[in-house]
Amino acid sequence: MIVSTSGYALEVVNLKKAFGGLAVTQNVSLSIRPGERRLIIGPNGAGKTTLFNQISGDLRPNSGAIRLFGSDITHLPPYKRAHFGLSRTYQIITLFAGDTLEHNVTLGLLGLRPARWQMWRPLSFYGNMVAEAHRTLDAVGLLPLATHPISDIAYGERRRVELAMALAQRPRVLLLDEPLAGLSNTERSTVKSLIASIPRETTIIMIEHDMDTALDLAETVTLLNYGRVIVDGERDAVIADERTREVYLGT
Amino acid sequence: MKWIGIALLAGSLLVPPLFAGDFYVNLASQILIAAIFALSLNLLVGFGGMTSLGHASYLGVAAYICALLTSRYGFGHGTAALLSIAGTTAMAAFFGLIALRASGLGFLMITLALSQVLWGLAYRMSNVTNGDNGIAGLTRPAPFGISLDSPISFYWFALIVATFAFVMMTIFVSSAFGSSMKGVRDQPRRMAALGFNPWLIRWITFVYAGFWGGVSGLLYVYYHKYIHPTSLSTTSSAEALLGVIAGGSGTLGGPAVGAALVLLLKNYVSAYLERWNMLLGLVFLFIVLVMPTGIVPGVSSLTARLRGGSR
Repeated sequence: MIVSTSGYALEVVNLKKAFGGLAVTQNVSLSIRPGERRLIIGPNGAGKTTLFNQISGDLRPNSGAIRLFGSDITHLPPYKRAHFGLSRTYQIITLFAGDTLEHNVTLGLLGLRPARWQMWRPLSFYGNMVAEAHRTLDAVGLLPLATHPISDIAYGERRRVELAMALAQRPRVLLLDEPLAGLSNTERSTVKSLIASIPRETTIIMIEHDMDTALDLAETVTLLNYGRVIVDGERDAVIADERTREVYLGT
Repeated sequence: MKWIGIALLAGSLLVPPLFAGDFYVNLASQILIAAIFALSLNLLVGFGGMTSLGHASYLGVAAYICALLTSRYGFGHGTAALLSIAGTTAMAAFFGLIALRASGLGFLMITLALSQVLWGLAYRMSNVTNGDNGIAGLTRPAPFGISLDSPISFYWFALIVATFAFVMMTIFVSSAFGSSMKGVRDQPRRMAALGFNPWLIRWITFVYAGFWGGVSGLLYVYYHKYIHPTSLSTTSSAEALLGVIAGGSGTLGGPAVGAALVLLLKNYVSAYLERWNMLLGLVFLFIVLVMPTGIVPGVSSLTARLRGGSR
């Protein structure tokens, strides 16, 4: 793997993106250390998911650079970024609804392995991959449902499969887009402790609206508004900041 | 239950040809050829999520290459078969580069345009293709010295090739790569984020479908001993697509059932009705309304419901 030259897990430098006349990312710069837990907050339309889409490669920025452990990934297609150790989850659940939980998580593993090109052996031939998928499902507490199709399970459980697919890849940098969205209180605390248990080898960047839960998980916070970084820093400092109050709490 | 089905299918493929007349044996051979063609199109439409209206290109080009090589350039059947399959596969590789620049409707239009170019060429380049007259007077190969000139011997040959094609395509879609392919069909963006290269997966599927399209084209020209530009026409592509959708796209056996249905209607009904296309349209409409996912998934869910109800 490429050795970090900058000392940062993820660096975003002067990123700019506009849809026509609408500037959705305006000169955004972020520096995130290995192992850091970063929370990105901001009102609706602040450009949080757009920023994620540029980091994961779904959207091309107009200018600026994105570096993963020191290597420039700005122009890499999404699938190559995954092989660099970047994983993400989606705000809108994006699973294979007709397939089993086991199959969904195994696909996450398959994506990083040469076996994805294997044209005569079925997935079930790769016993260690299936076993690995089971371990990940066990970690998110869904092993008993492994052979059920996604369409059979509840919304909160789907959120956890979404997480399991990314975790199975053992990413170096994990982007979580609203992992708590639409969950009940009990489910929130389940997912919260799940995220808290992710080992430090994985750097986490999370978008979340539920401040009560998310702030506990975060060490550093970035506040976005109208595509700009408004405040950036240690959690308590950002919360105490006057501008956060202005933008987020609306006073 | 599954084994009874397989035994019934094997029985109906193996026994009746021994008693049936030549007309029916020939019809069965044509169904087998159309089934291979529909199965290869199903790789694109059903498993790859790429709806093509130009799949006749592969059937037609393989048939034309074989016809030209054997009749005009004096090649033996073995070499001609290898060269026409290789040529057709190479063409699929090239067409894939062009067509996969788009997806959905754009992809459909490009495949349609490319096949129209070939159809036009077959008509206009009459010094090579004999234009509207087609190429006649072709021969069938004699593998291992066995003549395929009688209807029954050709039927066995077609059955062996069709069975092999079915097994090979089934292995392909059931493989780990098949899982990648179906994943890209359902959630291309998620698959890319997981590390899969959607473009390359689609391209490989496209080339493989072209390969089997070429195989069906070889059988097609062996059977008819004649080739005409209509084999390359949009009608030919559309009929196969109709068969795939009617039988059940994305299922293993559906396209074969659909292809058989189209061919039976074409051969039987056209004897009594001049406007047999109208009846084909009505049957298709009926299937889409009653069993929107196709005959095979429709019937199997129906039997499941009946069995559940009788309990």
